[in-house]
Amino acid sequence: MSYFTDVATLARKDLLLELRARDTVPAMLLFVVAALVVFHFALPEASASLAAYGLLWVALIFTAILGLVRAFAAERDQGLLDALVLAPCDRSAIWLAKALAMLAFLVLAELVALPAFAIFFSGIDGMTIAGVALADLGICVVGTLLAAMAAASRARELLLPLLFLPLAVPIVVGGVGASVVENGGRYLGLLAVYDAIFAIICWASFEYVVTE
Amino acid sequence: MIRARSLSKRFGDKRVLERVDLDLDRGGFLVVTGPNGSGKTTLLRLCAGLVAPTSGDLRVETDRGRIGFLAHDPLLYRELTALENLDLYGRLYRIPEHRERSGMLLERFGLWRNRNERAGSFSRGMMQRLALCRALLHDPELLLLDEPFNALDADGVQLLQRELEELRPGRTFVVATHDPARLEPLASGSLALA
Repeated sequence: MSYFTDVATLARKDLLLELRARDTVPAMLLFVVAALVVFHFALPEASASLAAYGLLWVALIFTAILGLVRAFAAERDQGLLDALVLAPCDRSAIWLAKALAMLAFLVLAELVALPAFAIFFSGIDGMTIAGVALADLGICVVGTLLAAMAAASRARELLLPLLFLPLAVPIVVGGVGASVVENGGRYLGLLAVYDAIFAIICWASFEYVVTE
Repeated sequence: MIRARSLSKRFGDKRVLERVDLDLDRGGFLVVTGPNGSGKTTLLRLCAGLVAPTSGDLRVETDRGRIGFLAHDPLLYRELTALENLDLYGRLYRIPEHRERSGMLLERFGLWRNRNERAGSFSRGMMQRLALCRALLHDPELLLLDEPFNALDADGVQLLQRELEELRPGRTFVVATHDPARLEPLASGSLALA
């Protein structure tokens, strides 16, 4: 139980920091809405909804990257990861808490993005929402680990997308598939398997990312 | 408590520590001196387990949860208040009555009045006092202090000297400083890094 208490303590801290600093969520919201507006004008009138769904996923992935780049900003700028690593809690709790906070930020951005997409392009069905929910989990578990790795680098703004985008390809395939294919259940399955596999890998490997 | 044999650390091509031997018994007070870049901070980070030695052997006989670490950076969230910062660490270190202990430390270090102010609004000296509260919060048995007198005013220096005297019995200290004279009465040994 103490593991989840630690996760709750750390996630609460991240949410409180965002509530005070408002560094991440407003930027994500503005970006995703601006991207959808640009896509709305860039896509020809007669384009199929398939193309629009593809662009939705592009907007969501890049919005997530925007948040992930800042995920460890406070820890990086003030050397705080040392203090968290020294605490007697399981180090994977730091990753899980950060991933949960990122998930909350991403969901907030999508609460605006999905209705905006419905206004600019076409309605959102249940399969798309399920796809987005499963994709969010994958984005946050993988993205948070990579954000911690990139945080140690000087070129973190460049490094994170370079590391994250190849690993996000299955998420985009699963998400677009769930959105546009008639019976998209198997794509949801793909996303669920991806989430499960990467959650285990990231949970087990985070300790080695934050310690020498 | 701490035993090091031929302890070396490199960062890439840069040699930071070279073949350092160290014996510090439980209850000892080691003052580490040396010019900038001589490896004082790296030695403390090695003892804390934050970095691994490149070569050599290092044994620290305590759990990481029993280490109090005062670093160059205060290791505090600037957007959280003084009390919220200590509350966070109190929970992570599972201190049963962390609120009472936080209050007591803030009082002792002259920050009780500022407990609900964000750490980011503190002066460097106040930040250092709060960082000391954080390092002492869980009643550590091994204290690794990197330039503890940094940024403290005359009152702060006196206060810290008194605190160190009070804390001295039963605890082990490794203190990196440019001003060893202040710690002379407490020191049981010294290590000069070149």
